[in-house]
Formats: sequence, structure tokens, C-alpha cells
Amino acid sequence: MARYDRAITVFSPDGHLFQVEYALEAVRKGNATVGVRGTDTVVLAVEKKSTPKLQDSRSARKIVSLDNHIALACAGLKADARVLINKARIECQSHRLTLEDPVTVEYITRYIAGLQQKYTQSGGVRPFGLSTLIVGFDPYSRLPSLYQTDPSGTFSAWKANATGRNSNSIREFLEKNYKESSGQETIKLAIRALLEVVESGGKNIEVAVMTREETGLRQLEEAEIDAIVAEIEAEKAAAEAAKKGPPKET
Amino acid sequence: MVAADSRASMGGYISSQSVKKIIEINPYMLGTMAGGAADCQFWHRNLGIKCRLHALANKRRISVSGASKLLANMLYSYRGMGLSVGTMIAGWDETGPGLYYVDNEGGRLKGDRFSVGSGSPYAYGVLDSGYKYDMSVEETSELARRSIYHATFRDGASGGVASVYHVGPEGWTKLSGDDVEELHYHYYPVAPAIAEQVMEEATAE
Repeated sequence: MARYDRAITVFSPDGHLFQVEYALEAVRKGNATVGVRGTDTVVLAVEKKSTPKLQDSRSARKIVSLDNHIALACAGLKADARVLINKARIECQSHRLTLEDPVTVEYITRYIAGLQQKYTQSGGVRPFGLSTLIVGFDPYSRLPSLYQTDPSGTFSAWKANATGRNSNSIREFLEKNYKESSGQETIKLAIRALLEVVESGGKNIEVAVMTREETGLRQLEEAEIDAIVAEIEAEKAAAEAAKKGPPKET
Repeated sequence: MVAADSRASMGGYISSQSVKKIIEINPYMLGTMAGGAADCQFWHRNLGIKCRLHALANKRRISVSGASKLLANMLYSYRGMGLSVGTMIAGWDETGPGLYYVDNEGGRLKGDRFSVGSGSPYAYGVLDSGYKYDMSVEETSELARRSIYHATFRDGASGGVASVYHVGPEGWTKLSGDDVEELHYHYYPVAPAIAEQVMEEATAE
């Protein structure tokens, strides 16, 4: 097996592309990332490791916009992410120029996934070590979408998903607790899911929201996040108390 | 509303009176032919292919502005190499009706009415004087037909059959196709003349 992980273009005898699998390992070490799609809101939330005091946190944003109506968050190698994001941003503008229309979320996801796939089938290159969560609203129809891509170049649409560290447990939580929601409920669900694996607190989570009505991506302030986290904690405490039941009469 | 004549000429020789100058790119988009017949036919067919590929890849129809831009960019890349195409792309998409003029220099204009070709000045005269933004379908098709007729009357390179197509939200339909010679007598009927002297048949003697 050791001989089949050198050059990416080689399959192993049992059908594995080891470089792609190793890239997925890199993703699994990345920051926990959650995306949730609501009826009129889409939310991305990313775990933020504690920022060094002297670092300007605004230069290290983990959730970026690709265009006015599309945002992306990723888990994995951040340097690879930068390259992919730049190419995607150029493609968004190029599409606007040649087709006179903004891209649909599915189109740009397909483009990014296509790029990731190309790097699994070329000589001398390694795959991009990141999985992305892409959210946005399609032009004209204004339907919300959430897509995920991974280093192998596959992509699919989701109602809610997670990637990066502990993504399996977050996904389990989402499967148990997902319902169609809108506005603040969607944001709360995303934060609740992320809090399953991340220390609670506004300074450990980065959250960005896009709604059907407003243009652009809105990054939530730390204070806003703290307020929502407090709400969630209160709800959790109330649920615990209710579970314990009213004091029994003897 | 899209209308065209059907004459093709090679210098002073009329090579055909029955050319289809309105090209059906797909069921909801039409293109018109002016300039080089072969160039127009080929590039419109090519545009049809691109539109179909776009719909397959993106699961939705291409917009009229997108389609006209694809054609304009394609023609621009052949700029200076002798292509001769003056076309209008007319269609209906999510944003409503769309009409664009595209030519071989890569120019592309959005507009409410255009007239293209050698007979276009004559057609413009009739079109511009009769046009209102809120005309009915019948009024518009008659205006389009009359514009073509007047162009064929004065321009030697225009003639044949005046075809009129309507493009609506469900796609295009052909409304009429009238021979312009017959249209002439329809617009300018000849009153029977009263003869003062009538020739009689010579009786066999």
C-alpha cells in the first residue's frame, strides 16, 4: 500500500486514491464548520480557535463572500482555501460578464467541485485539502441553497451539514433536531449544533447570515452571538428542569 | 414580434425568393438573418447548441441577454475576418421579453424595436411612425408586415414572402407569411378602369 500514495494519478489495487483520502484527513483536522438552510435565511457558523491578542481578527475571517448573494466557509488547509476562493470569485464575475446574470449557487459549487476534481487527476499536483460549505440565494428565484464539496470533487445539496472536526457528531445532532425554520430560528439551530463540540461563548464562534431580502453577507458581532448563546443555554436549562419533572407530591 | 422577407441575392441576381430568414434557435427564441446567409445560419445554429448545453448544465433556460451575449462574444472573436452578420435575437425569459441586436463587429444593443438589412431604412420609416409601446398583438403584427412590405417595395435586395412571428411567454408562433406582390395589391387595390373603347373580337370571315 505504501507505494500507491506517492503520485495522485495512481489508483491502488483496491480502488483507492490515497491522496484524496489523506486530504479528507486534513479536513477532519480542520475547524468545525456548520451550515443550515432556512426558508428565507442561510447560516454558516465556524469554530474560532482563540485569537492571539495582537492579531487583527478581521483579517482572519473564516466565512467569506464569493459574490453579493453567495458565501463560503471551509474546513481544512486555509492556504488552499484562499486559492480556491479567489478562483471562484473570478468565476462569479466572469459569469456575470458573459451571461449577464449572477451565478446560481449550484453553478459555482459545480465550478469549485470541478476545480477540486481536476487536481485529483493531474500530474504532479496534490488535491486541495479542504471541504467547503457554500450557501446563497439564486438570482431571480431567490431560493436558498446549501451545498458541500470535498477534496474528491463531489458535491451535493443539503438542508444542514457540518464539516471539519467532530462533523459526525454535529451532523447527528442536526439530523435529530432539524426542522424547516426561518430567520432567528435558523441562526439558533446552527449555533446550537456548533456548541455541541465547541466551548460556549461568542469569542469561540464565528457566525455569518444571509437573508433573502438583504444583499450581502452579515457577520454577527460577538455581542449578538453571546446573546443568542445565552438564550440557548437558558432554553437548555429550562428543558432540563422540565425533564426532571415537577416536584412529586408524596 | 419578428418579421422578415425571404429574398437572397448575389449582386443583381436573385438567387432565391424563399429563404428562411427567421431562424428558430429554440422554441422560445428566434434569430433573424441579415448579411451573409451562410454566416447567419451557421452561427445561429451554433448559438442554439450553446443554449441547449447551458440548459442541460444549469437546469434552466438561458436568458435572452445571456444568449445574445454568447453570440456577440463569438462574433467579436472573429472580428476583422470577414464575417457578415446583422441579427436580432428575440425571446422570452424569466425577466420578460427580450430583444437584442448583434452584429459581426461584436456590437450588441438592447432595444424595443430594430430594423436590420439593406431594406432597413425603409422599414424603419414605417416602423417608427406606427410604433407605440402598448400595441396589441394584431396591431403589431400588421405593423411588422407593412414594414417588411415597404422595404421590399423600394429595396431591390428585399422581396419574396413577408413572414411574421410572435414571441410570447410560451414561446414563438408563426402568425403569417404573405407574398409581397400580393400584399401590394392588398394595400393598393387596383380599381377596375372604365374603358372608353373596347376591342372586339375579330369575327372569322
